[in-house]
Amino acid sequence: MAVCIQEKPFDVSKEISNFSTKVGSSGAIVTFTGIVRNDSGALDHMIIEHYPAMTEIALQKFTELAIDRFELEDALVIHRYGTLKPREIIMMIATAAPHRQDAFAGAQFLMDCLKSRAPFWKKEVSKGLGKWVEPRAKDEVQLGSWRDNFNSRTG
Amino acid sequence: MIIEVLYFSWVRERVGRSKETIETDAPTIAQLVDELISRDPAYGVAFKDLSQIKVAVDQELGDFTTPLINVCEVAFFPPMTGG
Repeated sequence: MAVCIQEKPFDVSKEISNFSTKVGSSGAIVTFTGIVRNDSGALDHMIIEHYPAMTEIALQKFTELAIDRFELEDALVIHRYGTLKPREIIMMIATAAPHRQDAFAGAQFLMDCLKSRAPFWKKEVSKGLGKWVEPRAKDEVQLGSWRDNFNSRTG
Repeated sequence: MIIEVLYFSWVRERVGRSKETIETDAPTIAQLVDELISRDPAYGVAFKDLSQIKVAVDQELGDFTTPLINVCEVAFFPPMTGG
C-alpha cells in the first residue's frame, strides 16, 4: 500500500508499471486518473490546497478500508497539490485484486472517499478571478451508498 | 486551554488568516465558534452558514457538538473536493 501527496507531476505509465510489478498474485488491476478539466475553455489554472497534517492520515485510512472491504492485494494513491494547468494530471489510484469485480469496486469506493472526505479544496482561476469548486450533491450520495451496501450486507 | 485553530479554502479567505493560537474555555466546537464570532466580525462572515463548514479535531473529522477536551488542533473548512 502506498499513499503519496506531492506537488510535482508524476508519470502515470511508470506508476502503473511499478505497481503491476509489485503485485504478485492478482489477476486484475484497475486504475483511475483525474485530470484538470477546462469545460469553458477559459481556465487559466487550478490551485489545489490541502491540510497537510490530515491528508496523509485520511488517505491511508481510506486505502486501508478499501483493501480490507474488497480484499485487495494492494492499492496506490497519488494526489497532487499546488498550481496545475488545464489537462495536467491531478491524481491517480490503482487497485489490485484476484478478480476484476473487487478491483473495480475497490477503486470506485476509494474515489468516492477521496472526492468527499479527503481534505483537498480546488480553486479554478480564469481571467484573474478565482472560484472555489463546490462539491456535487451526487458525490455525497454516492459515498453514502457504500454505507447502505455494507449495512445491508452485514445486516 | 490553548489550541491551534486552522482555516482552509474560503473559510481561510474570509477569516483573513490560515492559523492562530487561541486561549479558550469553550467546552464544544459550537461554543468556540460563538466565541470567535464575538471577537471579530470577519468570523461572523466566515461562519455565517455552518451547514457549509466542516470541522476536524486533531486531524479527525468531527462536528459542532464535538467537545474540546484535551484538544490541540481544530480546523474549519468547506466540504472537501478531492480527486
